[in-house]
Amino acid sequence: MRAFLKLLFRNGLAAMGAVVLAAILILVLITPLLPLQNPDSTATADRFQKPFSEGHPLGTDHLGRDLLSRLLHGTRLSLAVGIAAALIAATIGSAIGIIAGYFGGRTDNIIMRGVDMLMAFPYILLALAIVAALGPGLMNALIAVAAVNVPFFARNIRGITVGLAGREFIDAARLAGMGHTRIILTELLPNVLPVIIIAMSTTVGWMILETAGLSFLGLGSQPPQADLGSMLGEARSALISHPHTSVVPGIMIFLIVMSINLLGDGVRDALDPRLRSGALSRASATTLVDRKSDIPAATDDLLAIQELETQFHVGKRNYRAVGGVSLAVKPGECLGVIGESGSGKSVTALSVMGLVASPPGVITGGAVRFQGEDLIGTPYETLRQKRGDRVAYIFQDPLSTMHPLYRVGQQLAEAIRSHHRISKVDARARAIQLLKDVRIPNAESRVDNFPHEMSGGMRQRVGIAMALANEPEVIIADEPTTALDVTVQAQILSLLDDLRRDRGLAIIFITHDFGVVAQLCDRVAVMYAGRIVEEGPTQAVLGAPAHPYTKRLIACVPELGGGRRELAAIPGLPPVVDDLPPGCAFATRCDKAQEACQAGDVALKGAAPRAVRCLYPEEAV
Amino acid sequence: MPALKVENLAKTFPLKKPLFGPAPPGVRAVRPMSFKVETGETLGVVGESGCGKSTLARMLVGLLEPSEGRIEIEGRALDNADPAEFGKLIQYVFQDPQSSLNPRKTIRQVMEAPLKRLHGLGRTKRDSRISEIFASVNLREEFLDRYPHEFSGGQAQRIGIARALAASPRIIILDEPVSALDVSVQAQVLNLLAGLKAQFGLTYLFITHDLAVVEAVSDRIVVLYFGAVVEIGRAESIFANPRHPYTKLLADSAPVVGRPLTAPEQRGSELPDPLNPPPGCAFAGRCPRATDLCRAQVPELKDMGEDQLAACHHPLQD
Amino acid sequence: MGGYILKRLISAIPVLLGITIIVFLIMSLIPGDPATAILGSYATPDNVEKLNRDLGLDKPMVQRYFIWLSNMLTGDFGRSYSLNRPVIDEVMERFNATLILAGTAFALCSLLGILAGVVSAARQYGIADKAITFVVLIGISVPSFFLGMMMILAFAVNLRWLPVSGMFAIYGGGDVPDLLHHLIMPALALAAVATGVIARLSRSAMLEVLRQDYIRTARAKGVPERRVIMGHALRAAMVSIIPVLGIQAGFVLSGAVYIEIVFQWPGVGRMLVDAILKRDLLLVQGGVVFVAACYVLFNIAVDVTQSLLDPRIKT
Repeated sequence: MRAFLKLLFRNGLAAMGAVVLAAILILVLITPLLPLQNPDSTATADRFQKPFSEGHPLGTDHLGRDLLSRLLHGTRLSLAVGIAAALIAATIGSAIGIIAGYFGGRTDNIIMRGVDMLMAFPYILLALAIVAALGPGLMNALIAVAAVNVPFFARNIRGITVGLAGREFIDAARLAGMGHTRIILTELLPNVLPVIIIAMSTTVGWMILETAGLSFLGLGSQPPQADLGSMLGEARSALISHPHTSVVPGIMIFLIVMSINLLGDGVRDALDPRLRSGALSRASATTLVDRKSDIPAATDDLLAIQELETQFHVGKRNYRAVGGVSLAVKPGECLGVIGESGSGKSVTALSVMGLVASPPGVITGGAVRFQGEDLIGTPYETLRQKRGDRVAYIFQDPLSTMHPLYRVGQQLAEAIRSHHRISKVDARARAIQLLKDVRIPNAESRVDNFPHEMSGGMRQRVGIAMALANEPEVIIADEPTTALDVTVQAQILSLLDDLRRDRGLAIIFITHDFGVVAQLCDRVAVMYAGRIVEEGPTQAVLGAPAHPYTKRLIACVPELGGGRRELAAIPGLPPVVDDLPPGCAFATRCDKAQEACQAGDVALKGAAPRAVRCLYPEEAV
Repeated sequence: MPALKVENLAKTFPLKKPLFGPAPPGVRAVRPMSFKVETGETLGVVGESGCGKSTLARMLVGLLEPSEGRIEIEGRALDNADPAEFGKLIQYVFQDPQSSLNPRKTIRQVMEAPLKRLHGLGRTKRDSRISEIFASVNLREEFLDRYPHEFSGGQAQRIGIARALAASPRIIILDEPVSALDVSVQAQVLNLLAGLKAQFGLTYLFITHDLAVVEAVSDRIVVLYFGAVVEIGRAESIFANPRHPYTKLLADSAPVVGRPLTAPEQRGSELPDPLNPPPGCAFAGRCPRATDLCRAQVPELKDMGEDQLAACHHPLQD
Repeated sequence: MGGYILKRLISAIPVLLGITIIVFLIMSLIPGDPATAILGSYATPDNVEKLNRDLGLDKPMVQRYFIWLSNMLTGDFGRSYSLNRPVIDEVMERFNATLILAGTAFALCSLLGILAGVVSAARQYGIADKAITFVVLIGISVPSFFLGMMMILAFAVNLRWLPVSGMFAIYGGGDVPDLLHHLIMPALALAAVATGVIARLSRSAMLEVLRQDYIRTARAKGVPERRVIMGHALRAAMVSIIPVLGIQAGFVLSGAVYIEIVFQWPGVGRMLVDAILKRDLLLVQGGVVFVAACYVLFNIAVDVTQSLLDPRIKT
């Protein structure tokens, strides 16, 4: 709760809304205690007094009634009716939504059909029909506005509930012996409640507006009783001659609704966990660069990552996802980068072409050189011209990484036409040829498929075709087979291997699977907590691992053909990279660790191509 | 008496009836299958996506109503009517440990539910039982008052296992319990599971897509393809000596250190369309040994000797 | 495609029936003798007897519904007692005026809203974004009837640029330029709120899409940033914007009631309010059913547009 309020008030606009709303609320709560004139006592002689006239700070209306007094009493009424309508609508609507969403099936079907029918009306028609039947009056307006909003809540909450009801913790509750009522009340409701609060805070302002609107039309509060809407409605005939009678209640409605909207947005932002991490920020076209250290000198490698440092700045925390990584590939070479989740392997790969999402990602040091030219901090257009043309990517999940609304042929053609001026016809022909190159059967018809019409393996073949489109020098493959089944993985790996041998491609292959590395890569680098802990030719590293982490990680992985056995395990967890200990990050989990390991930085040492970042390596390198 | 016996268990998901015309036949996620799990045994179930392994698991714990067939636990037919009775016999460990914990409940609340609902234990008994269980899954009791998001995947999965243990079941269905975990943590959890089984005399049904893992933990293994059992055999021999060509394909596809990269299949071939299943053997389209017989007639599961059964018209010989 | 449109049209039939049932049920909430309630001050014994006969008020409720329904299907919505003419004629005439006003406002709010949302998202936290967010916030907080009144004060009374109210000038009007002249203020006032809502939604839809993996893929291919935003991102965002346009059309139609009152626009909304105040319930009933039915058809058009955009929708 305290964290919520803190978040809420860090948002300046929301705080402003809260202050204005609180002021209005206090004012209307103490209205009966204030020395105000009777809001309904008429004095025709004093009609249409201007604001700031004596005895009438806001002037008087067409019957000479004191506007200030009427305004405060009217606000009281408007707020009470609007909030009551919101509460009624939220309670009934949410109950309907939860029941429909939780039980699903026929219950859901019948309820939602009814809701759909209510939503088939432009809402005011329904409200007008209800008021027409029940007769004008404030209470009837309240009923109409609440009734009209029930379907909005029901549909909204149902959607959330359906998502939650499919989650595994609901199944777990069922297996723990809980009944439906208990599951709804103790498992679902606490998770739905924030959504209900968000929906209420964002609609209560609107419902105040709606009730005011019905009163404005003369269908809500009836004279002499007045809410803000009917004040405005009565003042309309004198709009041109005495505008102040309209402006006063109008501005009050505006202030109330605006402050509620500001506060509601604040509540939504504070309760929505996605916004908490700043994830809804839009990623810029390239990763931000803020390099303080010197830029390393050029080498003659095809692609060289040099002392790269990439961080994520989230709030006050600095996650050092990549903490000084150097890697290089030569033409025709396949370099494997292996590590567990959070080791920084994917961030390293994405940093190469500035594809790390910013915010929160920032490249804080090092260089990435393609044929000697530093890509980091290079102007956007220069970088863009190399993306996909000289250095191309293959990503993990081919369903989420392909645009769902474009045909695969269009996506392939676009990759080419972003770099080369060729006609659409030629681009399409080239797209078909690319699909054939990655051994997709019936390429001529497949080219017009949408991604969702293909299987996972086919999509990843298209992903590879897209990477090959401009015959790049380097392909960076970020866990390209992790989402695939093992038989499909075997097909894709052998395809990649053939392609690189035929075309002399350099591949940087990111994975967590030693078996894949062993079969595909010439060299391998092992990453832990954002740094390379060991590198060398694949045979050497896997056959005689020098770093204790590598050795024990390999031992953890069961190998097919080993039969039933006890597995070696590494105790503890990988460190979080916003608070790395000095020295070796693995020391706390390592059985060979000595004091020196945690004393200071451990360098990556060895005779090229072998190197290890360890003071007491398992093997001399 | 086997701990778990499944007879002709099948699940068909009906498809929506179109506006005109008759209702389509529905998707057969699990074709009629029968198998037994002996008390104290670990039966591995392995298959790729779309093979029906999760549907099978959900039917076994009563989260999904079978379309046909029966499930027997320790000789008694499973009764879906009383979830409490049922939860004491069989429990489930979920694939995604975070998603299986209610984000707004403390771990203590999560742990208490089965003790209260299934066993009706009082407060002090519950506390001592939770302490016992937490000790056996190597979790510190200070975790009890925290919320799920404060835990790593490995810790959350231990909590999931602890919750299953709290019901004191006879059988635990483990549905991909380690596939969301990193390898270093995966080994910790697998070893823990092996220890618990010995300690509490449990019976496991271990579902996974990872051949090496299933081989390392199972006594016997069932291989599923397209909703049907294609082969059953002992863990130590089934991949070394497969009878069904699909089992062989799986074994050959798994990347193994020290084995050169070979693609067992060159063509981009995958699962048949579940909306339009082939009439014969589902694997015939990908099978190098397929004949007209395979394409016309569904093969039955046949004894191949040495505790091995395979559903193939032309099984592989050694 | 034709099949899909046909399918959607057929599925609209139960919705339309549902609408008539809901309206019928609401109208049966009327307390007291319905004939007297419907006729109100026009209740002469003759009229009451005729109405009882027309509506079959002596018959059971279900039968009454079907009589009413079958009358409507033959185009007979009954007779307005306050205007003394067939309901359908009055509704059609008034709906035309509403369509001009609401249609213009809807086109305005869709275009401006999406444009503002896209600019806002593309320049997140920039000056343009902040300015748009601020204007949008005011737009969605000010009641449209108050905005209309203030516009009259500013542009008609003080600046004398535009006419105060009405659809045509009383003398010498009637042509298209005259109509446009009268349309500007009410259309803008009506569009304001919906523009704000659409702009906010478009902004968040764009931001949501811009975090998707396929946007990163497009950038990794080297697609120019302008095309990433205006092509890849906007197209995907439209999938979530279009349904909201359908909902907002309902809000524009609803808001038209207030604007028609403020600007004396001779539309169906003003007719309904007048009819309620005069207790001319047959006119209310007919107007509500007719406009709701048109809105259902409009939403089918929205769904069809959506299916053209998104191939994942099964047609």
